[in-house]
Amino acid sequence: MTGVAERLQGKRICIVAGSGGVGKTTASAALALGLAASGKRVAVVTIDPARRLAESLGLEELGNEPRQVERALLEAHGVKLHEDGELWAMMLDPKATFDDLVTRLAPDDTTREDVLDNRIYAQLSSAIAGSQEFTAVAKLYDLDRDGGFDAIVLDTPPSRNALDFLDAPDRISDFFDSKALKLFAVPTSIATRVMSRGTSVVFAILKRLTGVDLLDDVSVLFRSLGGLIDGFRERAAAVKALLSDPATTFLIVTSPEREPIAEAIFFRGKLREARMPFGGLIVNRAAILDEREHDDPAAVRAQLREQLGDPLAAKVAAAYEDLQLLAARDAESIERLKAELDEPDPIVVPRLDGEVQDIEGLLALYRHLSAG
Amino acid sequence: MTGKGGVGKTTVSAALGLVAARAGKRTIVAEVARRGDVASAFDREDAEPFHETEIAPGLFHISIDPQDALDEYLRDQLPSGPVAQILIRSRVFALIAAATPGMRELLTVGKLWELALLDRRTPGADAYDLVVVDAPATGHGIALLSAPRTFAAAAGAGPVARQGTIIDATLADPEQTAVVAVAKAEELAVTETGALREALQASMGLALERVVANALDADRFSARQVKLLKEHAEHPAVARALRGHESALRQRSQLTRLRKLTGQVPARLSLHPGGPDLQRLADELEPQLDAAP
Repeated sequence: MTGVAERLQGKRICIVAGSGGVGKTTASAALALGLAASGKRVAVVTIDPARRLAESLGLEELGNEPRQVERALLEAHGVKLHEDGELWAMMLDPKATFDDLVTRLAPDDTTREDVLDNRIYAQLSSAIAGSQEFTAVAKLYDLDRDGGFDAIVLDTPPSRNALDFLDAPDRISDFFDSKALKLFAVPTSIATRVMSRGTSVVFAILKRLTGVDLLDDVSVLFRSLGGLIDGFRERAAAVKALLSDPATTFLIVTSPEREPIAEAIFFRGKLREARMPFGGLIVNRAAILDEREHDDPAAVRAQLREQLGDPLAAKVAAAYEDLQLLAARDAESIERLKAELDEPDPIVVPRLDGEVQDIEGLLALYRHLSAG
Repeated sequence: MTGKGGVGKTTVSAALGLVAARAGKRTIVAEVARRGDVASAFDREDAEPFHETEIAPGLFHISIDPQDALDEYLRDQLPSGPVAQILIRSRVFALIAAATPGMRELLTVGKLWELALLDRRTPGADAYDLVVVDAPATGHGIALLSAPRTFAAAAGAGPVARQGTIIDATLADPEQTAVVAVAKAEELAVTETGALREALQASMGLALERVVANALDADRFSARQVKLLKEHAEHPAVARALRGHESALRQRSQLTRLRKLTGQVPARLSLHPGGPDLQRLADELEPQLDAAP
């Protein structure tokens, strides 16, 4: 069994993907903590407003810039932190990140203001398919370039369509290359004049349907964005290169349940298509039996009858039978995942008692991750 | 049906649909921007997404994609086919539609509303007695419900604003619309359910109709039995039973929190060790729906 530390050997960026509710955020935090303990300067980037987690790390809340978790706090909770180890955490604010990008790429103040104040910019920045994902990767790019981190762990947005994440840079490039944008990247009056008849019809019908005249807003926004085209295109290319960099890897997290498994298989397929690196599978919260736990429930009932009395022995046996069923189903799910993901050696984390919400919990989780 | 990610919204939606269908109601379970999880729960991976497919007697399924909903809406609204075709094919239109505040949600909710009409707009379509919406996770679920209201307020005039107001009147009417929260008896899921209740009240003036606690461990042992079990904890099955009991105790205290935060007794669905069995879940749910929360 290969633990997570070996799998991340030589990797600077670890992107943790998977369905909602499978424990991605805690797995990311545990991973970052473990890497920090071993002497790396690590940032964990989450998109989840995981308040309890932030509090347990001694951070009131997480902001759009990384904050360092106090060494003393980690040590007080039993983390043996290597002297070079540092743990930083941040929560991604997609809107703020997009605004920040516009601010930096805008050639002048007027352009910046025109974009940021535009009525439809706010919607547009979240509506371009995959823009939340794009901001996540754009932030990752900045942290990687300027943050001086040895490793960055990214907890991905809870996107059901994994494609959005992988395609985000291309979609942004497409958007900035689109005819629609170019059409508007000239002064309004000309834009209106040169606009194809079809496009004018589109706006007229749209106005009739919605009662909103968006033409002016759209022209102003697109014309302003025109000045950002080159910057965005370059950035998208750099971000795309980062996603397929040999120092980047994707970990897929799933629970042994039907929908998250379907999501994991789907995502693995997309990674393969996009030729992005796959670093391994984490199956979280699996029911696992040890070798002494394969007795027949009827035999268990017989063994305990004398000490517990038959009614209680029967209840214990029933609980045991349920557990065996659950473990059998989880084992079957894991086999299926191995085959479908072409991953012979997934990291299987047993169901832990209680929810992981504090540093001790993260440490326990990391021990399982590193045991493989 | 909404709730935190991973609590089993889709499974519970399907089970609720089954309960209604068994009671003779013509029912449809509508998934929102999903890949047909409900259909696959019924082993019907072949079901066409944006199409009303019967997956069990009296129980139908559809998966709503905003783009399909938009195409259908334009065909319904625009008198001539060619004009609708211009819009459907136009990239500028797609971009503007995507950029228009709340448009995706509005289109999705508009289709849900159409499904619930007694006099359907879809040519030749029959009415449903119940539409079960397998909605997105909490925050997105509320954005979906409040989209018509938001849009009507922003647009001010025009057909879409008018239609938004009509749809909103249906959604905000407790006689016609019920919001059901699905939760697990875990701290984060319970906290999120409490927040959902408040947000729902604030944005729509709606109360949570029901709360369903899903995937509960069996709570088997009395305090006296636990005492006896602890004396024999060296036996692996007894040790496991005690761990299971601890987990049930944690869930019990989360159920108490859930009751306090929502002001109602949640319906309880058990964890099925061999994987969720929809017929059994429907059996469990049915009597609890009749009882007052």
